[in-house]
This record gives sequence, structure tokens and C-alpha cells, in this order.
Amino acid sequence: MSVDFIYPEFEVIRNEDRCIACRVCERQCANEVHFFSPERGKMMSDEAKCVDCQRCVSLCPTRALKIVKSDCALRENANWQNNTIKEIYKQASSGGVLLSSMGNPNPLPVYWDRILINASQVTNPPIDPLREPMETKVSLGKKPKKITRDESGRIVCSLSPQIDLQMPVMFSAMSYGSISYNAHASLARAATELGIRYNTGEGGLHEDFYQYGKNTIVQVASGRFGVHEAYLEAGSAIEIKMGQGAKPGIGGHLPGMKIVGDVSRTRMIPEGCDAISPAPHHDIYSIEDLRQLVFSLKEATEYRKPVIVKVAAVHNIAAIASGIARSGADIIAIDGFRGGTGAAPTRIRDNVGIPIELALASVDQHLRDEGIRDNVSLVVGGSIRSAADVVKAIALGADAVYIATAALLALGCHLCRTCQSGKCNWGIATQRPDLVKRLNPDIGSQRLVNLMTAWRHEIMELMGGMGINSIEALKGNRLMLRGVNMTEKELEILGISHAGA
Amino acid sequence: MKRVYVNEEWCLGCHLCEYNCAFANSGLKDMAFALKGKPIYPRIHIESGEKISYAVSCRHCEDPICVKSCIAGALSKEDGVIRIDRNRCVGCFTCVLVCPYGALAPNADGVMQKCELCLSNECGEPACVKGCPNKAIVYEEREAAV
Amino acid sequence: MKHYVIIGNGVAAAGCIEGIRSRDKESKITVVSEERHIVYCRPLISYYLEGKSKLENMSYRGNDFYERMNCHVLFQRKAIGIDAEKKRVSLDDGEKLSYDELLVASGSSPFVPPFKGLDTVEKKYSFMTLDDALALEKGIDKESNVLIIGAGLIGLKCAEGLLERVKSITVCDLADRVLSSILDSDCAALMQRTLDKKGISFLLGDSVTEFRKNRADMQSGKCVPFDVLVLAVGVRANTALVKNIGGEIGRGIVVDDRMQTSIANIYAAGDCAEGMDISLGKRRVLAILPNAYMQGFTAGVNMAGGEMDHSKAIPMNSIGFFGMHAMTAGTYEGDMYEERGENSLKRLFTKDGLLKGYILIGCDERAGIYTSLIRERTSLDSINFDILKKAATTVAFSREERKRKFGGAV
Repeated sequence: MSVDFIYPEFEVIRNEDRCIACRVCERQCANEVHFFSPERGKMMSDEAKCVDCQRCVSLCPTRALKIVKSDCALRENANWQNNTIKEIYKQASSGGVLLSSMGNPNPLPVYWDRILINASQVTNPPIDPLREPMETKVSLGKKPKKITRDESGRIVCSLSPQIDLQMPVMFSAMSYGSISYNAHASLARAATELGIRYNTGEGGLHEDFYQYGKNTIVQVASGRFGVHEAYLEAGSAIEIKMGQGAKPGIGGHLPGMKIVGDVSRTRMIPEGCDAISPAPHHDIYSIEDLRQLVFSLKEATEYRKPVIVKVAAVHNIAAIASGIARSGADIIAIDGFRGGTGAAPTRIRDNVGIPIELALASVDQHLRDEGIRDNVSLVVGGSIRSAADVVKAIALGADAVYIATAALLALGCHLCRTCQSGKCNWGIATQRPDLVKRLNPDIGSQRLVNLMTAWRHEIMELMGGMGINSIEALKGNRLMLRGVNMTEKELEILGISHAGA
Repeated sequence: MKRVYVNEEWCLGCHLCEYNCAFANSGLKDMAFALKGKPIYPRIHIESGEKISYAVSCRHCEDPICVKSCIAGALSKEDGVIRIDRNRCVGCFTCVLVCPYGALAPNADGVMQKCELCLSNECGEPACVKGCPNKAIVYEEREAAV
Repeated sequence: MKHYVIIGNGVAAAGCIEGIRSRDKESKITVVSEERHIVYCRPLISYYLEGKSKLENMSYRGNDFYERMNCHVLFQRKAIGIDAEKKRVSLDDGEKLSYDELLVASGSSPFVPPFKGLDTVEKKYSFMTLDDALALEKGIDKESNVLIIGAGLIGLKCAEGLLERVKSITVCDLADRVLSSILDSDCAALMQRTLDKKGISFLLGDSVTEFRKNRADMQSGKCVPFDVLVLAVGVRANTALVKNIGGEIGRGIVVDDRMQTSIANIYAAGDCAEGMDISLGKRRVLAILPNAYMQGFTAGVNMAGGEMDHSKAIPMNSIGFFGMHAMTAGTYEGDMYEERGENSLKRLFTKDGLLKGYILIGCDERAGIYTSLIRERTSLDSINFDILKKAATTVAFSREERKRKFGGAV
């Protein structure tokens, strides 16, 4: 019906002089946008199906393709914007909840971009990372409040289990089922080579990846998919997922059509059955219940593995974190509202949750004020996009960061945000074997290693510029940060001064 | 000796190797000009089945039956590489008759051609390997596969 | 240090030289060549007439072959006898060559039926050797009307070679179809369509009863005028040398898989030899170039003390005229699978779970995949033959087999 019609968002521009009709675009588009027309003797495109994943653009051997945003525009309106209007058309047509993939795209403040980093000059010399040793290693876990010695003066080592990282970045939780086997293989291999960790997400751990267990964090989410004793034993740490930045307050949902073969087996649910994780853990209705689960997991693994509790950044996150810090958890992971997802209701993704920068600063300060900062390590995620973001996060008080969207971009994701369709042309967010093939873990893991290696060097450069030579000295060092374009209140919460002040 | 090998688990059947091969052997500098509007005659070709695809090109056999069968003496082995002398080939198709891999096929002018590892063209190293987007095609030394 | 003697200077001889030298770089090799040319590619003589091959490109292994291979050639000399006991070859000029190992690669000679009045024909030629082609070339001009007796492989290639250089060509054959040795009527008809389109006239199922200078009287009653006559009726293997000393002879000199004749230290290879055709399961003369080379090479290796078998021999032909190719291999017995197109015909013959032979006309792509199934005697149970029926593709093989073929050096 014409009232249903929404003009395609993108247009495919093909340079006819350059197109050699090699049909790579046709063969490589899972959305069937391109096709060869024998009558016309040339390639054609049906842009209604195009999601701007840029697969065709990247593979075209003569660079004949370009995807542009269609300029068929609704009349400009600062209040009723294009997307707002189209979303109503979609809901009027389908009657369903709008679903979106990846993180909140709306123009709310990105505090990382308003925070500036110091550099040493005259009074305090910078350090040259090429010539001086730089420590990027961190250990995550409970730290003792003081050093105790025995009768002979030797230090009593009673450190609780830690996660040792070569650099303060880990790959965040993305479940097997929402992303492909080959994506997991790439993450696992890269984490192993880099000496960091990757996270199984709530899809369980495929048996082929048990070999990377030393670099794996196994997640226990509200659906408890794939959770059994060997699973807990296989990882080097266990993460209880209370919430996720992209969709705080609700659980996960993987449609039955993606629960096939190994995905079904790994999650321990029947094929074709929707994998719905409930909003709460039905055995955690209070902070005391959380403590109980933390210790159940520690008992099950003989207190050899640190336990992480992951929460979404919401109101009163500081108080929540304080409760978790007293629950016996070793590490708190906080996920900001910009965090990505395979699929989430659009309204929740775009309107629920708070920025990670503010959450981090307030949690770190609050725990320090209560004298329990050493009880836990803090890991933050929810749109860490560069080495600069990493440095700023650590300076605000984090021990390490989680990245996910950045990792997927390294694997080839072009942020077209249609993961929920299951037709990811880059072989990442799909279970179709012909598409999963497109992500060769040899290439994928190498690219992740490259990305992290590059970030590690940049972190060292930024630290050296500040005159700091270890992450320890950067942690919580808010004096190294200044803000611009922020209100007094924002500066206060972040605990930093205004630039120039 | 390095040869071109295709790992069928990574081949996407995108056919880019065919187009890169045709371009590398065209002697021209502009790919669109070299290949636009005409059928291509690549020296590597994609074979595909229901769920698999992979590219096939000359194996540069240790004991090449094509060299033994050529009626014009146009095929020869130099430093392990099997080459065709295009001046001698008369397009009799005897090599097509005997090659167990189906690696030979005629060019537009009816003269036989096959992969010669891009050693004599502008590319210098196999264009199919360079242009494969998924590292399905590699150029390396291997022993006989058991 | 041995002395190897090779009677003959064709592709089988060249193969033998390469086979010997693969094992023995030192010993002496003497080649007795009846023709005056260095070893050349005999099948190219029709392409030479056509203008596709130049004389300088027709040597089989290049002009420096004998030098590189360190062998001695006696040109325009003929071997007339072998003494197997004394191990000596007698030549036509009285010289005797002693040998340790001997290869008889004497090839074949054109068979000339005793046509009545043949001696009245002034310009008559065979079409076997380079010298035949050169003589024929001298004998024709743009106004010549050529009559070719024999519509087999040789006769038709000669026709193709001459087409643009003469006024008219008529081909006659006793058989009712062209290429009767390898094709049946259906298949032959497809090939003939191409030849008809080019303006070649055919008199099939007919033969010459008498020649009268420039006219041929046919059995059918027709009378064919001509300027130039080419006799391409068939060939006979040159077996006399071995036959005369009691060696086993069939249609050719009988050899085992190692190319040894029934007489010690004497080997045979090429068009004169009769070895096992594994598709038929019987011995046969397989007068095709690939076989000549492979037999020669095998003989050479064995003569030089090595151990080599040539045990996968089958008849196989690729014959094309004016762009239309016919590929045939093996034998045509067993169950037949057929696919016809407007200008193509595919026939695959299977028996006892094996591919025994095929005929591919106008659909020649990657025919070698079928050929290898016949030569390797691959069980059809181990492959997906349904896929192979549609097209020659290695997808029909199992994953393990593909790994073996493509996963490492072969």
C-alpha cells in the first residue's frame, strides 16, 4: 500500500565505465541487491534491499561501486526527524517492537571527546617509549589492603586469583549464536596471542575453543545457556552477567532460526527453540542472592578463578557497585549505554542507561570514599573506540576496558546495523555457512592482533607524553585529564577540572 | 618450488581470481578497459558444487602428461614451471584431452594457455593469490599431499 | 659405457633419448634416421600446409636437441637387418652398428592399395612425412582440384590444410562415414556438417575402380576429374626388422609393459609397436603421438637399467577441423550415457563400474578429467558420476581425493 512505502535509505551508484560485469557484487551480496540483466547486458541493482554493509564496494575489482545515502528526503524538521517518522510508519505497518543492532547512534554527548589528556613539558620530563621500558601489564582482581610479613620478614602472598593481562584491554562478551564460529575463533586466537582475554558471552563455549581456555572468560547469564561444570572449569575467570549496556533491564533474545547445529548444542537447548534469557536471574532477587551465586561459582571452581559481575550503567550505579564490591566479586564490569548488541528493542537501546564515562567516575570515587576500592577491579565498556579512550578510561579510574564493536570492526564489520537479519555479509553476525566462510580466522585473528598492537603502542606514546611509565601510575590519575565543553556538574561528576583552570 | 594452492574451506566462489588473472595476463594497465564488454579467458577457473567451490589452475606436475602429449612440442618444463610456447601451439586440444585437472583452455585466438605463475607478466607473482579476499589461494611450497 | 642404438627418428625415438639420458648421461646413443630432417612433429604437416605452423617451429625439441642430449644421428640411412645374437644392426650402406640395447621405432608406412591405373597419375602424393607435405605443396596451386582417397584422420587433416590454397577438394572413402576408425554414423555426421559448410565434397561408401590420368572412375559410376591426388588410405606398422628375426608380431611389434619385444635387449615403441590397451583389455597398435612419446621414454629408462612401466595406455584422440573438436578415448563398450545439443554430442561408456570410453564432440572442456578416469581405472563408486555426466569437473571427486589432487605437489 502506498501509505506503507518508505523510500530506500541507500542508493547504489555504479560507474558504468568501470563496471566489467564480473558479478562479484551479485555473488557476495546476501541481500540480493545486485543482479546481471541479460536483456540489458549489464549489472543492475535493487537498492530497496541494500543495508550499506559495503561488501560489494570493498570487493569490486575496479572500484566501480559506491553506496550513498539517498537524498530523497522528507521535509526537514528538527522535532519530527526522518528516522522518527519512518519508525512510526514501520510500527503502523508491522505492529511490532522495533529492533536494532549495535550501539546507540543518537547524538547524545560523547564525553571521551570532551576530555583532554596532559603532556609533560618543562617541569616534569616526558618519557620516550622507544627508549624507556613501559609497563602496560595489569592484573585484575581483589587486591590486599596492606602488606603482611611473616616472622622472618618475608611477604605473605595471599593474593586472590587474578586475571593477568599484557595490556589493559579485553574482548567483551559476544555470544556464539549472535556471532559466528569463525568470529569466535578469531577472537580466541587473537586473545591468546596478545596475552589478554575474550569473553564467551551467553552462548556457551564450543568444545573446539576449550584449548584457548587460559585466555577465556566464561559468562553465566540469566538463561544459564551452556553452563556446566566443565564450562566453568575451562575458563580463566567467570563473569555473571546482570545486565548489558545496550539493553539494561531486559534479557537477551536469539531467534530460533539461528539456534541450529553447534549453536544449539553449545547452548544446550533444542534446535529451532528461541533462546530467551530472562530479565533477572531468577535466583538473584537481592544483593544477598548475588553474593550467594558468586560463592557458589567459587565453590564449584575451588576458589581458583576470579568472578566478575557485569552490570549496565544505570541510575545509582555507584550504590549498585558498592553492593557488588561487598558481595565477594573480584571484578566489576560496567557497560555504558553506547554498548553494542546483536539485537535489542530500539527504544530501550536508545533511551535506557547512562554514559560510561560518568558511571565510571562516580563508581570509582564512591568506592574510594567508602574505602573498598581495593576489593574489586573495575572494567568498563560501552564504546571504547581508540587508544585515547582507553587512556582516558584508566585515568578516570578503570583497571581495564572491554571492547566489542571495535573488535568486530577489525574483523570487517562495516556497522550497517542489520545484524538481526542474520545475513551479515562479512561472516560475523550470521550462522549461514556460506556467509560464515567469509571470515577466515587466519585473517581475522591477525587483524585483531594488529589493532591491539597498534593501540598498545599508542597507549605507551600517550603515557610517555604524560611522563608516566606504567598503567598503575595512570590508574585513577584524574589530574592528567581536563574537560572542555562541559557543565560544572559534568566536571564535578567526572572529577576533573576544566581545561585552562 | 612454490605453487598456487587453493584451500577449499575458504573459497567463496567470488570469481575474483578469474578476473585478476585475465587482467594480469592482458598486458594492459587499466582493468576496466582490459576486461569491459568482452568475455574473459582466465587461466584459473572456479569449479563449484552444491556447497563448495574452489579454483583450479595448472598444478605444474612433477611428471607432466601435457608435455609428453603435445604434438607441437609447445609445452615444456623450465625450472619446474610448465610453459607454453604460443608460437608453436596449433590449438589441437591434445593437452586438454590428457590433463587430469582440466587446467588448460584456449584463449580468444584459439591458442592454448594455462597458469604460468605470473612469472612473465607485469604482475610478477600470482595475481590470483594477491587478489583473493579470503586468503583461500596461497603461493607456497608443499610436499605431496597424502 | 653402453652403446644404445635407436632405429627411427620420430617422437618415440626422441622419447627414448630423453628416457635414456634421465638415467645415463655418459653412454653413446646412435640414431638411424631414414628421413633427412631432425626429429619433427609429424602431425604438424597439415598445419604447415595451412600456414599455422612455420618450418622453424616444427622441430619437436628444438634445433640443438641432439647436441644437448649428446647423441649421434645418421641421416638418410636405413636399417635393413638385425642380428640378435651378435647384437648388430646392418645399414643400407653396408655399415654394421653394434648395440647393447636396441630400440626399434620404425614407425609406419602408408598403405597404397593396388588401384588400377595408379601409375598413370602424374601428381600423386602420400601424406605421411614432412617431405610428402613439401612435395605436395609444390604440386598444388590456386587452380588445383584435389582428390583425397581416405576420409580418416590423415585425409581430413590434409583437406583442412589445403582448403585455402586450392580450388576444390573432394574426399572419398570406402566407409559410409568420415573418421570411421573412431566415430559411428551419428558422431561422424556432426563432424561432417562442419566440413560440408567449408565446401569440401564427399564421396562416401564409394571407391576408385580405375585411374585414368586425371580422372578417377568410381564404383558408384561417378567420374571425378582432378589435378592432384593424395593417398591417405591408411598405414601399416613397419614390423619387418623384428619379424624377420622371429620376434612376436601382431599388427605391430608386440611389446610388454616395459616395451620389451620377445627378443632380449630389443625394445619397440611408437607407431610400429603393439602394447596393451587397458580399456579394451587387449593389445593394440596405438598410433598417437602421446603414446609414442611415453612408450619411447619408458623403453629408454628400461634400456638404461631403470624400472618403468607404461601400463595406462589407451587410445585417445583430439581431432578438430575449423574450430569443431572431437575428443575420443578408450573403447565404446558397455552402457552408454548420451547428451545431445544442437552442435554437440556427448557419449560416456561405462562397464563393470568403470568409465571405459567417451566421445565428446563440440563439448571438449576439461575432457582430460574423463580421460584420467579411464587411465586410472577409477571406480565410479568412489566419485559422484551423476555430476560428471553433466560436465567434466573435479567437484565429482570426494573431498579426500580433491585434497590429494590439489592440496600438495603432484
